[in-house]
Amino acid sequence: MTRKTARASTPPANGEQDPANVIRTEVEYKSFQSDEVSHTDLGLADDQLLDMYRNMLLQRRFEERAAQMYGKQKISGFLHLYIGQEAVSTGVANAMKIGEDSVITAYRDHGIALAMGMTSNECMAELFGKVDGCSKGKGGSMHFFSAEKRLFGGHGIVGGHIPVGVGIAFAHKYKEDGGVCICFFGDGAINQGSFHEAANLASLYKLPVVLVVENNEYAMGTAVHRASAETDLFKQATGYNMPGALADGMDVFDCYRAFSDHIAMARDNQPSLLEVRTYRYRGHSMSDPGKYRTKEEMENKKNADPIIRLKAYLVGHNLATNESLDVIDEDVKREVKASVEFAEKSPQPPLESIYEDVYAQKDYPFLK
Amino acid sequence: MAEMQFREALRAAMVEEMERDDTIFLMGEEVAEYDGAYKVSEGMLAQFGAKRVIDTPISENGFAGLGIGAALNGLRPIVEFMTWNFSFVAIDQLINNAAKIRYMSGGQFKVPIVFRGPNGAAGQLAATHNTSTESIYATFPGLKVVAPSNPDDAKGLLKSAIRDDDPVIFLESEVMFGWKGDVSEEKNYLIPIGKARIARQGDAVTIVGHSKSYWVAMKTAEMLAEDGIEAEVIDPRTIRPLDIDTILESIRKTNRCVIIDESNPFASISSEMTYQIQERAFDYLDAPIMRITAKDTPAPYAKNLMEYYMPSAQDAYDACRKVMYVD
Repeated sequence: MTRKTARASTPPANGEQDPANVIRTEVEYKSFQSDEVSHTDLGLADDQLLDMYRNMLLQRRFEERAAQMYGKQKISGFLHLYIGQEAVSTGVANAMKIGEDSVITAYRDHGIALAMGMTSNECMAELFGKVDGCSKGKGGSMHFFSAEKRLFGGHGIVGGHIPVGVGIAFAHKYKEDGGVCICFFGDGAINQGSFHEAANLASLYKLPVVLVVENNEYAMGTAVHRASAETDLFKQATGYNMPGALADGMDVFDCYRAFSDHIAMARDNQPSLLEVRTYRYRGHSMSDPGKYRTKEEMENKKNADPIIRLKAYLVGHNLATNESLDVIDEDVKREVKASVEFAEKSPQPPLESIYEDVYAQKDYPFLK
Repeated sequence: MAEMQFREALRAAMVEEMERDDTIFLMGEEVAEYDGAYKVSEGMLAQFGAKRVIDTPISENGFAGLGIGAALNGLRPIVEFMTWNFSFVAIDQLINNAAKIRYMSGGQFKVPIVFRGPNGAAGQLAATHNTSTESIYATFPGLKVVAPSNPDDAKGLLKSAIRDDDPVIFLESEVMFGWKGDVSEEKNYLIPIGKARIARQGDAVTIVGHSKSYWVAMKTAEMLAEDGIEAEVIDPRTIRPLDIDTILESIRKTNRCVIIDESNPFASISSEMTYQIQERAFDYLDAPIMRITAKDTPAPYAKNLMEYYMPSAQDAYDACRKVMYVD
């Protein structure tokens, strides 16, 4: 279970043995990438692996289509795409107990929603601002919610949801229901005070939470080295006396294993910080051409594409053929296309619904 | 009925509700081991234990957000701010999360949480510790704002707030914590959120005042009574929802209104009340609505300046005589 772990060793009690009396940082690393371990080593069945492939592809095709619909002005507002990061969402969705454990994330939330089993229809309808959307058309791209799946939202304020995630974990522990909370945020959010306060509270109260920083290298247009004085973000864990570790976000095996390990720790009320190094192919949002990075960088990253990597594994281990995977792709494309038709046909929310779901009481007196 | 301090009434409300429902817990700075910075939670740690009466670090953003997450996941937190002035450190949590998650989730999640603590001025504390926050939080749909003026209301309204399925901003007053009054001992004593109280009957002028301003309003009414003028005093008790109907009914009788509000005047609750009254009862007004508020400045430290800064009964008395064209 040991991963790359930063641990500040306390100075020895006898200062004479260590005249410098310095605090040392020890780093160990063990990875579980798909070119090193097999899926059976990780306890994944063949079928499950194919489902993971299908789901990663679904996320990719869903968002490609969403981008197209944004271009056609069928989708408005901000649209932050997750393309490139699918191994992270798929890894966690397979490592957690969906419906018992909780997830909260930031505004780049389509991938985790689909990975957790929310339907393409309800997700696309939400992007279209329609009544059948997962938030009844009141949340949009940044605010996908599902009480049934225990997705406590996409959240639009950078870092603002991290304390909320810690509170969800607090309630799991208080109720002794065995659940844990997996709280995602980006590399930009780690510089918010809310992260510091939440991480401190999580460790202080020993809460069942996995704090996951999805480091996709850019906070809007600002590269991580321009925003964080320490670019090994997982090392922040030492400041809160909790384990910190690093996972390869471009490899679904490594993500799955890392989430499994950290969720297990959380079930023992040991919070932790997991940094997942990933990459987004698209700009921060649809309005961002991404000029702050080079073509070469993009090409290098695309060579490490998590879907292609899993595809190579499946074919290389005779679990699928290129042809059978093409059939999956066609099936996924059909599903996404149907979701667009569903979203088109779904009605706009009725105007009177603007006053619904603000308060619990139905007859709340609004200014009208 | 039993005579209780304001702080004892608040404590009684929390204790009774926590005895009734074990999903309710209290957290905040110094609420547990220290027994409450202002002794509102005195004895609660001993009664309920550290699982349910929880000390926090000085991390308002963190523990406000933690409370919201706990509320989303099935608990009913009471979060104490040592003063509402410190809530500004946590304002993103209250405004963007507590107020909006129900709406943005299409009603899938509720946030049953109470944020409570002393609001407004408490003597010569200078600008950072002297802010009346009611208009700030009342402007955001999704939040309810409650501001009781006496121990009995404090108990009945806090019990309602704790049972409410929406986030409630519960504004107390450090100055009033020691004030005494008769309080109902009934276990299910609930005062509904959104219902004003007619505290004094009269037909000459309507004076509206909530929280500490209610006491200024009552003093003003006594001063007017010496002149033979009978003022009607309305204590709104809750700021959002505002029981504008009760205020309008009074104004239709008196045709005159003076509002006392210790907030800064610009875009304040008294501004909102004034607008709503003229919108709905313009034809009944015999004089412009006047308001007595804090001065439009940060709060000063110096004693004389602070006294001048706060709304006074003398100013309210003068305003009432003016709207009645007595002077």
